Amino acid sequence: MIHSNTLDPNFKFLIAKEPGGENIKRCFSCGTCSVGCPIREVTERYNPRRIIRMALLGLKKDVLQSEFIWLCASCYTCFERCPQDVRIPELMNAIRNIAVREGFLPPSMRMQLELLSSFGRLLEITDFENEKRKTLDLPPVQAKTEDVKKILEKLGLHGEEKVEE
Amino acid sequence: MVKKRSKSSPSNPQYTLFLGCTVPVRVVNYEISARRVAKELGIHLADIPEFSCCGYPVKSINHYAYLLMAARNFALAEKKGLPISTLCSACCGALTEANHEIQEDKSLQKRINDDLYQWLGKRYEGEVRVTHFIRVLQQEIGVERIVEEIKSDLSSLHLAPHYGCHYTKPTTIYGRIEDPENPKSLDELIEASGAKSISYENKLQCCGGGVLAIDESVALAVARSKLDHIRAHQADAMVLLCPFCNIMYESNQRKIEKVYGTEYKLPVLFYPQLLGLAMGIDPDELGLKMNRVRPTELLKKLNVRAG
Repeated sequence: MIHSNTLDPNFKFLIAKEPGGENIKRCFSCGTCSVGCPIREVTERYNPRRIIRMALLGLKKDVLQSEFIWLCASCYTCFERCPQDVRIPELMNAIRNIAVREGFLPPSMRMQLELLSSFGRLLEITDFENEKRKTLDLPPVQAKTEDVKKILEKLGLHGEEKVEE
Repeated sequence: MVKKRSKSSPSNPQYTLFLGCTVPVRVVNYEISARRVAKELGIHLADIPEFSCCGYPVKSINHYAYLLMAARNFALAEKKGLPISTLCSACCGALTEANHEIQEDKSLQKRINDDLYQWLGKRYEGEVRVTHFIRVLQQEIGVERIVEEIKSDLSSLHLAPHYGCHYTKPTTIYGRIEDPENPKSLDELIEASGAKSISYENKLQCCGGGVLAIDESVALAVARSKLDHIRAHQADAMVLLCPFCNIMYESNQRKIEKVYGTEYKLPVLFYPQLLGLAMGIDPDELGLKMNRVRPTELLKKLNVRAG
């Protein structure tokens, strides 16, 4: 049961202001997204039509603290098919960006931030990789860059534990 | 004997090769084979060792951080005066999209440049072009020219093309280079090699890689369904063009077999590996020894020494 006094009618406007979330209010719940979704095909836990409906209703906390908003694979199948151009993969990213700011960052995403800060990449290039590259006659790859760490630090995504679980 | 285009001709395609995170650590065979066929076809690939991650992984966490990471890479390529060619489809999509966004919004571009300059001493004027290495083969070299280069008979091979998602979509950023619901370019490139490109159920399905970090069991379930469909057609191999799709179908194939109590033993080739074989290049020079699912039977069929 949903109680109307727990709904946040401004949630959809908040999302619409976020890059990628602009078209959320166009959704008329036809379900084209859910029908062709490869994730929906293998698990009941992800259902884009349902998530958008929840967001439009104003179920802010339920959406932001959910794990299902992180299950979009960004395959863009629904993006191409949506008759209302809601741009669902971008919309999911908009909602996730808000969720992160509100303190809901999944542990695996936090780990990716750590890796990017440390190496500038998701996978570390060690001496082993560059030695191997040498024997294969491939040019070396810079093992790490401080630039990415700087970007993440300046935006408050690394350093002091700003984001809580 | 077909005369080759001069390898140093200024009309030949010139790019910087954007490796991304996965290729240099997990699938060096893709890089080796791409460079090898590029050399043979007169595509010049320059290197920028300072390239970092494209920015895609932080898009879901902080959109602006994603744009800055992409812009930093653009600044490096712009300084070199060359367009970017990626091996990874997710890199291609993320970079193309960030580039669009930056180029179309002058105030955003200014904000990005202010931060790039202040924090990293870099600037991006918006002049870099991004494309996928396979698009360079398809659009700039072209199927006709590729056919001229074929030296080995691959007609006994039945191969399952896997387009993946970010190679054709979203069309808002790529333009309609081909119909995302019915793409043909990879089928045509496979046929150009002399092999048969097969059609199979759910051919355009995603690999599931996008959620691997979030929920492995979901990702494996998505990948499994395509492996099942391909097995039903008894293909000799799957052919793809994205390192992340490769991780799902090749690196994780054993795991999927274990979880679902089944067996595929389906070799997975990167398109440049297939093309290289067709061009008569030694399998060792195409990194085929590094393929986790050994394509031994496939090479036997071609009377090529197994790597």
